[in-house]
Amino acid sequence: MERHLMDSQIKGVSTGTTILAVTFNGGVIIGSDSRASIGGYYVSSKTINKLIQVHDRIFCCIAGSLADAQAVTKAAKFQISFHSIQMESPPLVKAAASVLKELCYNNKEELQAGFITAGWDRKKGPQVYTVALGGMLLSQPFTIGGSGSTYIYGYADAKYKPDMSKEECLQFATNALALAMGRDNVSGGVAHLVVITEEGVEHIVIPGDKLPKFHDE
Amino acid sequence: MSSIGTGYDLSASTFSPDGRVFQVEYAMKAVENSSTAIGIRCKDGVVFGVEKLILSKLYEQGSNKRIFNVDRHVGMAVAGLLADARSLSEVAREEASNFRSNYGHNIPLKYLSERVAMYVHAYTLYSAVRPFGCSFILGSYDQDDGPQLYMVDPSGISFGYWGCAIGKAKQAAKTEIEKLQMKDMTCRELVKEVAKIIYIVHDEVKDKAFELELSWVGEVTNGKHELVPKDIRVEAEKYAKVCTTTTSLLHGISVTWVQNNSTFKMGKKKQTLNISLLSMVK
Repeated sequence: MERHLMDSQIKGVSTGTTILAVTFNGGVIIGSDSRASIGGYYVSSKTINKLIQVHDRIFCCIAGSLADAQAVTKAAKFQISFHSIQMESPPLVKAAASVLKELCYNNKEELQAGFITAGWDRKKGPQVYTVALGGMLLSQPFTIGGSGSTYIYGYADAKYKPDMSKEECLQFATNALALAMGRDNVSGGVAHLVVITEEGVEHIVIPGDKLPKFHDE
Repeated sequence: MSSIGTGYDLSASTFSPDGRVFQVEYAMKAVENSSTAIGIRCKDGVVFGVEKLILSKLYEQGSNKRIFNVDRHVGMAVAGLLADARSLSEVAREEASNFRSNYGHNIPLKYLSERVAMYVHAYTLYSAVRPFGCSFILGSYDQDDGPQLYMVDPSGISFGYWGCAIGKAKQAAKTEIEKLQMKDMTCRELVKEVAKIIYIVHDEVKDKAFELELSWVGEVTNGKHELVPKDIRVEAEKYAKVCTTTTSLLHGISVTWVQNNSTFKMGKKKQTLNISLLSMVK
């Protein structure tokens, strides 16, 4: 089935991309590159934002068709904010991920977008959820996604440790993004990182030339 | 307390000149005709007790249940028109199920009771339908939020409680509930007290046979709402029978029965009796 081809063969503008989310002791770091391309030949944007804030402490990163991803996150953001007001408390990360999953699963024929939802809530602390293309929902301590992720599975599996400190986790995420952006032609630009903890949300942007360099660069 | 609202009480969409909706008040009267149901929240769970009057010896034991399971972690005890209550339990079940389907976790009780209350309220707005003739008590236990207890009445409002009673003997039951220190009790202790209260408020003269329906949800059941196991129920009923028989036996003398240390105060004298002695008195 065509739907199971790589992200770079998706219709229209796609985010051939590298996205990841990693939990550490006390929070979660979510990161992505910033390139949007058409057909893998033309870079339509060098500075696109793939980290969407769906609530105070919950972020989503998008992969796949950019149009589909933006439409879904817009609908999810509305539903989650309404839910949070009705419940009179911040939403659970699981609830936000479930909302996205419902949208993806019920519209799987038309959509071609996958997400990583990560955030912090009072009940379970920092969490990471993957919502795959067809609407599968999975909770993991860390996850990587997008076309660039195929080049860093080895690095991520080898270097991830549970219960890292914030600095160790930042180094891990930055290295992973840099390695993927270095090999994947449809990932690049700057590295966006967001650190989510109970206290708040911190944005870090690392321009291309400031990314860590490896042996042959 | 009852008044005739001639002319203004024919439909729920009419106010009376003194600002009352009589149909809703009549619905509440329907609840007061039914036998009592109580729910009490303690420090690690919620216990329900229902005085289920047996109208015929031909009924199978355990039929016509008045305590429903709404979701794994939520129980509902009802009073009033049983058919109305059954249909509302289905509404509550659907709400809980849709919530879980959309948001991936157990529905918080406050939210569920607000949603069901909103549904009940909708039936008080139009002349084409009549209000629901039942009140119900919802209870749940969650690892993080702890035990919760909410009551919804036919007017469509819901309040959170530590202990509440609905049905014909609700005033008497409320008085008994207020005597308890439920915030410091565990579910096991509370089951006996709930059974005792139901036996106390049961009117032996007007209504003869009744079946006690007991259920609980809490740490003791791992967050699952279920009927109290038979052996615990039998023990609770035995305790209840001892307390009520003793009280009624010594009704003529001014005595107060003090639990847990079985001390009688007669006038200014104090005497201590064993429980075994008391059962002989019975």
